[in-house]
Amino acid sequence: MFNGYVITVAVFVGIWVSLALSLNILVGYAGQISLGHAAFFGIGAYTSAVMTVRYGQTFWVGLLAAIIITGIVGAILGLPSLRVRHDFLVLATMGINFVVVAVFKYVDFFGGAMGIVNLPAPSLFGVSFRGGALYMTLVWLYAGFVLLISWYLSKTWAGLALNTVRIDEDAAAAVGVSVPRFKIYAFAISAALAGGAGCFYAHFIGSVFPDTFAFVESIAILSMVIIGGVGTLRGPIFGAILLKSAPEFLRFAQDYRFTIYGALLVLMMLFQPSGLLGDDSWLWTLGKRIFRRPAASMQAEEAS
Amino acid sequence: MPFLQNLSNALVLASTYVLMAAGLTMVYGVLKVLHIAHAAVYTIGAFIGLLVFSWLGNFWLALLVAMIGSGIVGVIIYRTTYYYMLDAPRIVPLITSIGLFVMLTDLLQKGFLMGPYQNAFPAGGAGMPRIRTSFISITPKQMLVLVVTIVLMTLVYLLLTRTRIGLGWQAASMDRDMAAAVGVNLNRVVALNFFLGSALAGAGGVLVGVYNNSVFATMGDLVSYKAFIIIVLGGMGSLPGVIVASVLLAIVENFMVAWVGYVLPRDAIAFLVLILMLMFRPHGLLGKE
Repeated sequence: MFNGYVITVAVFVGIWVSLALSLNILVGYAGQISLGHAAFFGIGAYTSAVMTVRYGQTFWVGLLAAIIITGIVGAILGLPSLRVRHDFLVLATMGINFVVVAVFKYVDFFGGAMGIVNLPAPSLFGVSFRGGALYMTLVWLYAGFVLLISWYLSKTWAGLALNTVRIDEDAAAAVGVSVPRFKIYAFAISAALAGGAGCFYAHFIGSVFPDTFAFVESIAILSMVIIGGVGTLRGPIFGAILLKSAPEFLRFAQDYRFTIYGALLVLMMLFQPSGLLGDDSWLWTLGKRIFRRPAASMQAEEAS
Repeated sequence: MPFLQNLSNALVLASTYVLMAAGLTMVYGVLKVLHIAHAAVYTIGAFIGLLVFSWLGNFWLALLVAMIGSGIVGVIIYRTTYYYMLDAPRIVPLITSIGLFVMLTDLLQKGFLMGPYQNAFPAGGAGMPRIRTSFISITPKQMLVLVVTIVLMTLVYLLLTRTRIGLGWQAASMDRDMAAAVGVNLNRVVALNFFLGSALAGAGGVLVGVYNNSVFATMGDLVSYKAFIIIVLGGMGSLPGVIVASVLLAIVENFMVAWVGYVLPRDAIAFLVLILMLMFRPHGLLGKE
């Protein structure tokens, strides 16, 4: 059942699950809406491409560099969030996306519009991962790693602090949460994880081009998070799987991809602002009612 | 004298920015919504104008129909979406506008509407005179853009300062709830706001379409990014700010290319300015703290 086509789709879905989960840390946890996530995706991809092709390093060094460098760049590019909120931050992140793509396109070091080609496939102890089921496993391991970080973060004090920043910045500052510090944390972690996903993307395709990481990709990633259910772990995973695999099943959905994304975003905001699987969404409450164990419901009744 | 020529070219560029950004800043002023989908309205305006022009061959009629048509589109967008979100958290209308923008620009590129092609808009200068002296030359097309923009902006200014509903608009942009409390019909004011803003954007679309002799589905994208920069520079919600910022941006763009040369694409530079602006003067050049 694992032929080349299924594996390719599974690799893409895995990469976009990681991207949606990483953006969720920024949007869902810290409440900072970003329309520039594709920039971090691209910075990760280009970092790894430069490391492996220009400096002859292995994939693993490239991956590590992609995560670290994108994290640092993310912390720097998160600086506007300290000054501006809401709509203004959306404009700033959008601007960041345009500037980053322009730099990839017009600086010769990054290969210009021709991009960087001939990226090596990862190998470990002499076993090559190119294009096969092994690469898919690797991508999904990374997606699991991103999920683990997201879950762990939501359980820590930092996760709590990010929550307060999202709900009310002034109140957060009043109870002693350093708002600037946690905003920058969120940007850095979110960017670093997206950078890793970029590395996996670049080495799977074998080349990087500036336009892959354009502004529309940022919209696509944000759509996955919002449509799935912002702030939860299940939501972005579900959103990424749904939006990334649907065009494979429905030819129509490929041609009208962005029309559907846009219409879904609008409908979501009108009728179900917490997303398809958000905490108080229709689907999720229905699912909880059906699958709730009888013992749990009895305890709940006793308690009430 | 190249300086004067650059200046007049910059003013023509600025006019197209003003028409686009005025609607955005008006919507922001009353609703506090960043109406990203405004770019699609601009393109729809150009498209309607082109349809009417190729049908009847009269530019002024085409301009009028395009303005009314895009105004109606703007009101429909408001009544079907933002109307239900006035009291929602700000993230809700913001994401809605992103969704509308993506949906409309993608739909416009499909075959049954405009298709991915460039369509010619051969209206020429619509009978405007050519000015040519020893130190400056203005083509009929440039004249057309300048004159229409100045007339429209004057009309809007008079409407907003000299009429009853204009006063209501001013009150609503200061404090929506307070305006409603003293008897301003908010629904009418906001609908008028969307109609006027969208009609201006439609006129902008038609003018740019004629000026470049080309109408295409993604023509709104670049101008709308510029318009964001302009409304931030001008201080969100301020109409005079929009005019000043449009002229400034157009002048900087023109003279950058003329004097400094080509470093990054113009748009990347504009966005760099935007990011720096947001970091150091987030309330705009003319905005209040």
